[in-house]
Amino acid sequence: MHAATGDFSTFMPQIVTMYYRLIAKRIYLSFFLVALITLSNKLSAQDGKALFQSNCASCHSVFKQVTGPALRGVTGRVPDNKLLHAWIHNNATVLASGNKYFTDLFNQFSKTPMNTFPNLSDADIDAILKYIETTPPPSTTPTDGGGPGGKEPDNSFLYGILTIILAVIMLTMLQVNSNLKKLSDDKEGVPSQEPIPFYRNKAYITFVILILFVIGGYYLVQGAIGLGRNKDYQPEQPIFYSHKVHAGTNQISCLYCHGNALQSKHATVPALNVCMNCHAAINEYTGKEKLYRENGEEVNGTAEIQKLYSYTGYDPKAGKYTEPGKPVEWTKIHNLPDHVFFSHAQHTNAGKVQCQTCHGPIQEMNEVKQFADLSMGWCINCHRTTKVNFPDSLGNDGNKFYSIYEKFHKDIKAGDSITVEKIGGTECQKCHY
Amino acid sequence: MSDKKYWQSFGERTNSEAFQKSSENEFNEELSLDGLDGKGLLDAKHPRRDFLKYLGFSTAAAALAASCETPVKKVIPYVNKPEDLIPGVANYYATTYVSGGDVVSIVAKVRDGRPIKIEGNELSTITRGGTSAKVQASVLDLYDTARLRYPVQMVNGGKKEVSTFEAFDKLVADDLGTLGSAPIVLLTSTITSPTSKEIIASFLAKYPGSKHIQYDADSYSGILLANEATYGKKSIPSYQFDEAKVIVSLGADFLGTWLSPIEFARQYAKGRKVNEKNPDVSKHYQFESILSLTGGNSDERFVHRPSETGAIALALLAELGGGVTAPALDEKLKTGIKKVAKDLLANKGKALVVSGSNNVNVQIIVNAINEAVGANGTTLNWSSPIQWRQGIDSDFASLVSDMDGGKVGALFVYGVNPAYTYYDADKFKSALKKVKASVSFNDRLDETSELCKYVIPAPHYLESWGDAEPKPGYFSLLQPTIAPLFKTRPFEESLLKWSGNASTHEDYVRAYWLRKAGSLDAYEKALQDGVVEPSSSSSGSASFSAAKVAEAASAITAQKKGDKFEVVLYQTVAAGVGNHSNNPWLLELPDPITRADWDNYAVVSPKYAIDTWGIDISNRRQADKYEVYPDKQVVKVTVGGKDVLLPALIVPGTHEKVIGIALGYGRQSADDKNTADNIGRAVVGVGKNVFPFAMFNGSTFEFFAPEATIVSTEDTYKVAQVQTHNSYEGRNEVVKEMTLADFKKSPKEILEEREEELKPYGGIEGYRAEGTLYSEYDKPGIKWGMSIDMNSCVACGACVVACHAENNVPVVGKSEVLRYHDMHWLRIDRYFSGNPNDADSIQTVFQPMLCQHCDNAPCENVCPVSATNHSTEGLNQMAYNRCIGTRYCANNCPFKVRRFNWADYTGADSFPDNQRGIVDDVVLMMNDDLSRMVLNPDVTVRSRGVMEKCSFCVQRLQEGKLNAKKENRTLKDMVDIKTACQQACPTEAIVFGDVRDRESRIAKTREDNQQRVFYALEELHVLPNVNYLAKIRNTETILGVEKEEKVEVAEKHS
Repeated sequence: MHAATGDFSTFMPQIVTMYYRLIAKRIYLSFFLVALITLSNKLSAQDGKALFQSNCASCHSVFKQVTGPALRGVTGRVPDNKLLHAWIHNNATVLASGNKYFTDLFNQFSKTPMNTFPNLSDADIDAILKYIETTPPPSTTPTDGGGPGGKEPDNSFLYGILTIILAVIMLTMLQVNSNLKKLSDDKEGVPSQEPIPFYRNKAYITFVILILFVIGGYYLVQGAIGLGRNKDYQPEQPIFYSHKVHAGTNQISCLYCHGNALQSKHATVPALNVCMNCHAAINEYTGKEKLYRENGEEVNGTAEIQKLYSYTGYDPKAGKYTEPGKPVEWTKIHNLPDHVFFSHAQHTNAGKVQCQTCHGPIQEMNEVKQFADLSMGWCINCHRTTKVNFPDSLGNDGNKFYSIYEKFHKDIKAGDSITVEKIGGTECQKCHY
Repeated sequence: MSDKKYWQSFGERTNSEAFQKSSENEFNEELSLDGLDGKGLLDAKHPRRDFLKYLGFSTAAAALAASCETPVKKVIPYVNKPEDLIPGVANYYATTYVSGGDVVSIVAKVRDGRPIKIEGNELSTITRGGTSAKVQASVLDLYDTARLRYPVQMVNGGKKEVSTFEAFDKLVADDLGTLGSAPIVLLTSTITSPTSKEIIASFLAKYPGSKHIQYDADSYSGILLANEATYGKKSIPSYQFDEAKVIVSLGADFLGTWLSPIEFARQYAKGRKVNEKNPDVSKHYQFESILSLTGGNSDERFVHRPSETGAIALALLAELGGGVTAPALDEKLKTGIKKVAKDLLANKGKALVVSGSNNVNVQIIVNAINEAVGANGTTLNWSSPIQWRQGIDSDFASLVSDMDGGKVGALFVYGVNPAYTYYDADKFKSALKKVKASVSFNDRLDETSELCKYVIPAPHYLESWGDAEPKPGYFSLLQPTIAPLFKTRPFEESLLKWSGNASTHEDYVRAYWLRKAGSLDAYEKALQDGVVEPSSSSSGSASFSAAKVAEAASAITAQKKGDKFEVVLYQTVAAGVGNHSNNPWLLELPDPITRADWDNYAVVSPKYAIDTWGIDISNRRQADKYEVYPDKQVVKVTVGGKDVLLPALIVPGTHEKVIGIALGYGRQSADDKNTADNIGRAVVGVGKNVFPFAMFNGSTFEFFAPEATIVSTEDTYKVAQVQTHNSYEGRNEVVKEMTLADFKKSPKEILEEREEELKPYGGIEGYRAEGTLYSEYDKPGIKWGMSIDMNSCVACGACVVACHAENNVPVVGKSEVLRYHDMHWLRIDRYFSGNPNDADSIQTVFQPMLCQHCDNAPCENVCPVSATNHSTEGLNQMAYNRCIGTRYCANNCPFKVRRFNWADYTGADSFPDNQRGIVDDVVLMMNDDLSRMVLNPDVTVRSRGVMEKCSFCVQRLQEGKLNAKKENRTLKDMVDIKTACQQACPTEAIVFGDVRDRESRIAKTREDNQQRVFYALEELHVLPNVNYLAKIRNTETILGVEKEEKVEVAEKHS
């Protein structure tokens, strides 16, 4: 039932924050706040990346020209920040105003219109731009298994140690303070109680329990929400099949192998006869780039093709099938719970959503990993921002099915866009039945 | 007297205290505070500490289970993908339902290689896409766990596997070699397949002296022989109920079980549909002994003893000027017959009389009546006779004698089960022992097969090639929709093998049809369509000879009249004669009249109840005594020295001297221990077999017993009825009906009544906006709506089973139905009106009731977690994964259509078998991996603790919309989307579609029937998206309506 709990993820941290503040205030541990502020800074940097990947990555790369231009340096090319925002929000109005730079750009890319993003706030766009200008270029040498380089150093360990040191100092000071007080009391002849060791001091015990409860609660809730979610799941497959080689280097269309994505709810892993369409002839890996597993181990591409032959029972020397084939048992990466209905056809065929929007830069993956967390919040966010493929006056053919939404036709003419949410795309029974 | 207009139960009629109490709590569950006894909680049987202990343990266990690693799932693609298969997209194959002679052209929905749903084939002019409950349920038989999985040899009552078909062939061949001159007899149900007939003929030619005998458990020999006597043709004409203005049925349940109910229901509904501009409805008279489904639909009903059927036919013929004298009948019947005769004569050429009797003489008289009313050639169509019942009873009776006399060398049994269905089964069983070689071709080791020497598993029709010819020139083809699940071989292939033909059955059928169709293209087109039919239908008459009428009349007159109890053996729409006995969907389908499932029972009259138990059901207290608890008095019914103990149900509309008992129940292996394994887990302990009560009159079997005794015993037995709950708690604007005459006189009555009622709230027009404090919500796109025509619905139950199959609706078993835990998303409510103690006066109304998808739904407001809410398309959505099971919604639903999963009925739980001992065995059977193959993968399997209800088949709506999007077009009305109930309906009573689209069928239906449209409980302002069309009865009075006026007058006076 993790999909249903997705809603909690947004407000739980707030509650936790409130708790923290409460405690901090009461016992003057203000350095907690400092740590929190640092954490939230880090979050906004993450946002730009996520926003870029979900909104822009299907047509733009930061460093390479794909469907649209490479975006690094865009703030330099368009110094007017306002204009840039206007362009991203609704490029049609900017084009209509006759801006030379953008008109040239539009013509240069053979008049392929750019999507509009009315739902992105100015802060969102700034976050995206910040990500575009700050993200380090990908290394040109093959990764050596240590994961992508240039990852921000994780400071939480440092902060943790700092916190502990400060806490120890504070405790010591408190102890010292009480000892001094006792001494001064003794000196002044004020009768005082026998000092209670701190581990039997009820205030301390309550405080520690409270802290543990809050921390434990936070991780429990996070853990519960995360149950069944497998973002970045990257199992080892029976054959080292590289999407990078096929979809990236050799530019094979996704639909050549996953053609069912247009017709069925399942995109389906292709049958082996589809592989053999090409591999009956291609029996060795001659690519310039060496292939590596995530752990850095080098892969012999030719040997992997041989594995395919052993599954299909093909004898490449004789050029014919000599043994009965047996299917490959791939490990399924993208798993949805039973109570979720998801149709590839609806998204790729009717909605014209790019594969990469959900599956990430698949053309750069040697071994596929789960790009999105496939949580309900993730689905809903996209439904809230994605435009419906309406037939409209701007020359978009759209899908004629949507012509029944007469009520919205006027709105579209006025330049508004209708999101999936507005035609009921976030209703329960669109996905749960 | 507080007589209610319409009542579902006797308690509702008298509004007794017990009834009020029971309707207060829909689920009727007690809190389990057992052992509390007024002591403190700590001293209770389950004290607070125990509770905390269990809570702690289960939390720890859940945490432990949850922290296990996520299971690794595999995805295994094809090595070579079949060209026409896309995983996740259903394929539809036209094929044919064949069972016990019945032939219905269907389309099987196949998802990823598994047939999961049966739909009617709209290309068939016989059924026009209609189906029946049995056809809908037949897909489950494919995945029956009791199916025989390999060929066996029966040794000392036990089965011994025969490893290969070759070994099996050799065993049989060796036995056949020792027969000498003794003949081989092929005993089958009626076979209409031209290829099978050819194969049988070539087999018979190979073994001279052998013969083929067709035997039908539900025999129509009476009609066949009568037609031979009067028309010179041993066949049954097609009946044209659509051409008839006046329909008279003498005990024929032609809408439920008689001969061709799907075809007849469709034709019948054609004459019953009301055109507002020119209202006209056919008139239907029913003479019968107990209230049947057809009787419930009739305009006027007359009850009589079953032994009087002949006399009534004679009286009718006499009245029509047939020159015969009728024996004495009681006054009521006489007046009825006079009236019927007058009506028939006034509609000469547009009248039809049918009789359910299997007596040759009665049928001869019926033929004479039809001749007198000009039916021959108009409503009786002789150009395309019905071929699916050809069995002659006397042939079978003499076969049994031959077997007994050792004159039969080998018996091949296919498609019949005489050890269960024959009236003298013991004689058949002992005779079977005297046959040297007996081979059964069967899908399970039923009563007959277990007595045969060899049994070879027969494939299900969804695994088979073949063809059928229901009427001459009308062909329907079979093609497999799944590879055989078990080691089965078609009956025909065995015959081919044993007659020395090496061809397989598939090749044989293919060669035959390539020859017949002319080309491969034509053959493939025929396979794709599923039917090959003549381009135009013709009607024809046959020459009638009255020679035998006088003889028949005197035979009927000579029948002695008794005053004892008589037993009617009837069929129900679900059980039939037991061809689908182990089908849980059918076993749980409530009977349309008694609303009981999981058993057969003795139907007795209210008069019998007064005489025997002193229970007058029109009396409040006495009715409660009978009705409140499911325990019913067991009666012992004795016929000819054989007796049976059955619970008695009091059903109004039953003749006071008649007991009705359904056939098709009480399946049992010779050793009862084997029943579950051999016949099926679902049939264990279900009902009693009453075939032994049938009689053989020398030429045909008759399904009644003229002399019976009935004795009430001290025992009681629980009968699971669904009629006493689902109460509307005093709100009775659920059904509306009018007489045809009234409707003609004041067509706007219903409209005005509604307008009057809603006037304070803005009238019909303004009711939506002004009748509420809530604001209106935008509905920018599609708005779904359904219309149900109560004049067309005949309550056959096809929709109920179709809903089960489409939506993975669970089967809960008898013990759960007894606790009102039945899960039907769609039920057909049955209302009586009239005086329960006057059988003739009973009028019946059927109303399919499902979630009304209210736009202002009471269930939505009370859900604490918003698991049920409204969509912009007008659907009342149910998000199962969000539901926490408070059941508030069900309590607040005025229509009582919400269903709660009290147990894990469908095996959704990750722990297998954790329901053992909690639920009935049949639920575990449905949870078997094999049975679960029938589940629709597009619909969530609900787990325990979750509420569910009709979703308007939302998966079909979504699929239909997606198909339109894929083809870049708008929705096609009635093509892209049909709900499962709508598709199954043989009478097109259900119309569904997008109301917003002015051109849609649903919008037009509401527009064209404004005077009949009404909404159930409209005054509650729940704004249903389902509307009903009021029932227009072709009678002089509507008892329900009349009653209310009387009550009002009485109250004013008091």
